Amino acid sequence: MATKTREDLRKIREDHKAGMVLENKEEEKNIEIIVGKGTCGIAAGADKTFDAIIKEIEEKDIKNITVRHAGCMGLCYAEPTIKVIIPGQPETLYGNVDSEAARKIIERHIIYGRQVESLIFDKPAVDIFKEEQDDNSDYKQYRIVLRNCGVIDPEKIDEYIVRDGYSALGKVLFEMSPDDVINEIKKSGLRGRGGAGFPTWMKWSFSKSVKNDKKYIICNADEGDPGAYMDRSTLEGDPHSVLEAMAIAGYAIGANEGIIYIRAEYPLAITKLEIAIDQAREYGLFGSNIMGSKFNFDFEIRLGAGAFVCGEETALIKSIEGDRGMPIPKPPFPAIEGLWGRPTIINNVETLANIPVIINKGGDWFAKLGTEKSKGTKVFALTGKIKNSGLIEVPMGTTLREIVFDIGGGISNGKAFKAVQTGGPSGGVLTEDFLDTPIDFDSLVAVGSMMGSGGMIVMDEDDCMVDIAKFYLEFCVEESCGKCAPCRIGTKKIYELLDKISIGNGEIEDLQKIKDMGEAMKKASLCGLGQTAPNPVLSVIKAFEEEIMEHINDKKCRAGKCKDLVTYTIDEEKCIGCTVCARKCPVNCIEGERKMVHIIDQSHCIKCGACFEVCKFNAVIVS
Amino acid sequence: MAEVNTSTIEFSKELSSFIEKWKNKQGNLVMILHKVQGEFGYIPRNAAIKVSHMLDTPLAKIYGVITFYNFFKLEKPGEHNIQVCTGTACYLKGGVDLIDELEILLGIGVNTVTDDGLFSIESVRCIGCCGLAPVILIDGEVFGKLEKDQLPEIIAKFRDK
Repeated sequence: MATKTREDLRKIREDHKAGMVLENKEEEKNIEIIVGKGTCGIAAGADKTFDAIIKEIEEKDIKNITVRHAGCMGLCYAEPTIKVIIPGQPETLYGNVDSEAARKIIERHIIYGRQVESLIFDKPAVDIFKEEQDDNSDYKQYRIVLRNCGVIDPEKIDEYIVRDGYSALGKVLFEMSPDDVINEIKKSGLRGRGGAGFPTWMKWSFSKSVKNDKKYIICNADEGDPGAYMDRSTLEGDPHSVLEAMAIAGYAIGANEGIIYIRAEYPLAITKLEIAIDQAREYGLFGSNIMGSKFNFDFEIRLGAGAFVCGEETALIKSIEGDRGMPIPKPPFPAIEGLWGRPTIINNVETLANIPVIINKGGDWFAKLGTEKSKGTKVFALTGKIKNSGLIEVPMGTTLREIVFDIGGGISNGKAFKAVQTGGPSGGVLTEDFLDTPIDFDSLVAVGSMMGSGGMIVMDEDDCMVDIAKFYLEFCVEESCGKCAPCRIGTKKIYELLDKISIGNGEIEDLQKIKDMGEAMKKASLCGLGQTAPNPVLSVIKAFEEEIMEHINDKKCRAGKCKDLVTYTIDEEKCIGCTVCARKCPVNCIEGERKMVHIIDQSHCIKCGACFEVCKFNAVIVS
Repeated sequence: MAEVNTSTIEFSKELSSFIEKWKNKQGNLVMILHKVQGEFGYIPRNAAIKVSHMLDTPLAKIYGVITFYNFFKLEKPGEHNIQVCTGTACYLKGGVDLIDELEILLGIGVNTVTDDGLFSIESVRCIGCCGLAPVILIDGEVFGKLEKDQLPEIIAKFRDK
């Protein structure tokens, strides 16, 4: 196919101005159903829903309808989700749509025009779908990065082009110099979304200033933080925006090769990327003489293999070079001397997805959003003990309270809020006291946590903070590459101390030992992994010292998570002798006749909690 | 060192041509190991030796790379590999309890295979279905919002396959 010029792209946009209907133009197709088919949607059964819709439409012989699939809509707790768009009516979003529900929706909503009330989403979930991003809206969410996710079919390049896709690349190639591009990014104030928040323009200008005939743009899509999946969703739902941004970055620094380093565990995202790259190549948007300009740029996909440390730039480069992904001391920074010794820019998926919008709307527009030092929006993966878990995107400066209670709908099962963990294994916990802190890069660091890649895990009263700290430390013990002693030994030793506390052998001095070691690791570790690994435990000590002291002094775990500190007993008053617990007990240590009070033999109890779970009379007491 | 007979393991045409294509590219090892594991489900020792010959790379380096990354396996997994997500959200919602229960049900530990070769248990990093936590993954099929009680039925389903 011939190379598409800017004019050709403009034509595609105009041709489809009437809507997103791109196929079978001869027929009047004015009703649309969009099925969210990201990884989580498919996991919840979106494929079956999709098939059921198609089948029902065929059976009922409905003509004026298009069924499309799109990426993740962000409503993980309500998957599978579908959106029904009928001209002249507000868009309707349905959740938990299984095959049966799908048939119902077709029958009632499409044929008779009556919404199926019981399956509709009400606020706050629907605020995600505010399409017009007007500055005065009172919606909590604001989608820049996720602008196309759940809206376009990621396998159809035309749908991306219709939504201004590749217009930023065209503008850059024909109207701007590389310096103009970097200046625009500078004006926007965009900071890297991978965790550290380094100004993107500065990184780019370092690489630009180095003379070298070969430079690289790497997209870091090796999302390793356990509990963050925004990069996966972005790539699955809108791969072109990241590709376009990489080409723009290439033009700005003088690189012709883009490498996407992506987790092998993300097969769907890899497929979408491959399709997107092929389609864009066919349109002449990648390859030689892009859009008829003199600029060449192309891509290669490289797979990660499950190593958290490869989020560190130098380790990532080692991995692409085919070695063990172990970091090397900086400087030289990769921007100066990176992959194969060449200047290399490594940007995270979310950072890149912002770039086309910044170029199109201008740096000044972007800089209006957010706080003084953190501009734009941030995507969070809101999970844990929260009612509405899912992907959300909010302007920087939104408070934790707005995120957890307004957007997330509060804690599930009526439990009490305890903490939010941000920044994954590099971050910390935020307690109720910080619910009204506006969230940005600097405010989180000030309260002992960090932005990280955007995992936001909500915890309730049932979660033990010693256990949480142990979880993150265990992760870091496994993921430490072992190159430098502070990280290799420090993570292991702190983990052992936490384990000691959790089984009831903790001593007062242990806390100070953890603090001392943690501080040493922060200062002496080679890379970000070791420098930040103590953060979760240090922040837990700071915010929940009382709870830890209970473990040490009273040998008590108030959440009942530390098994060695828990005893299960049966309340004589409440037990009616139904025998359910005795039958459930895996080690047969509960004795008692029918209609008689039961007793747990403490010497044999393995503290599995099965009796507690099955008792309908709340007669099993945890203490 | 004794000469190792690499003819004991056959590579498919696709795998061989992939290696041929990548042979002279820089930094090819991780990509090639992915392809090998894709074919066998793990990286058999003989396959690693064969790759070492084909790429003229020391076996020690290949072993170093395989063992560095979580994704690569040296042991053959069960016919149905049960992957239990232990990302943070799944951990909080009882992912570890699922592992405990599976261990009891199958009589094996994590990273081991049942005697009949049917099942193995693996603890994996966040698979990105946090909204469905806790989740397990068997042969690519995701089971979300799981309770311990549902596991026997799920295992039975795969046993009969």
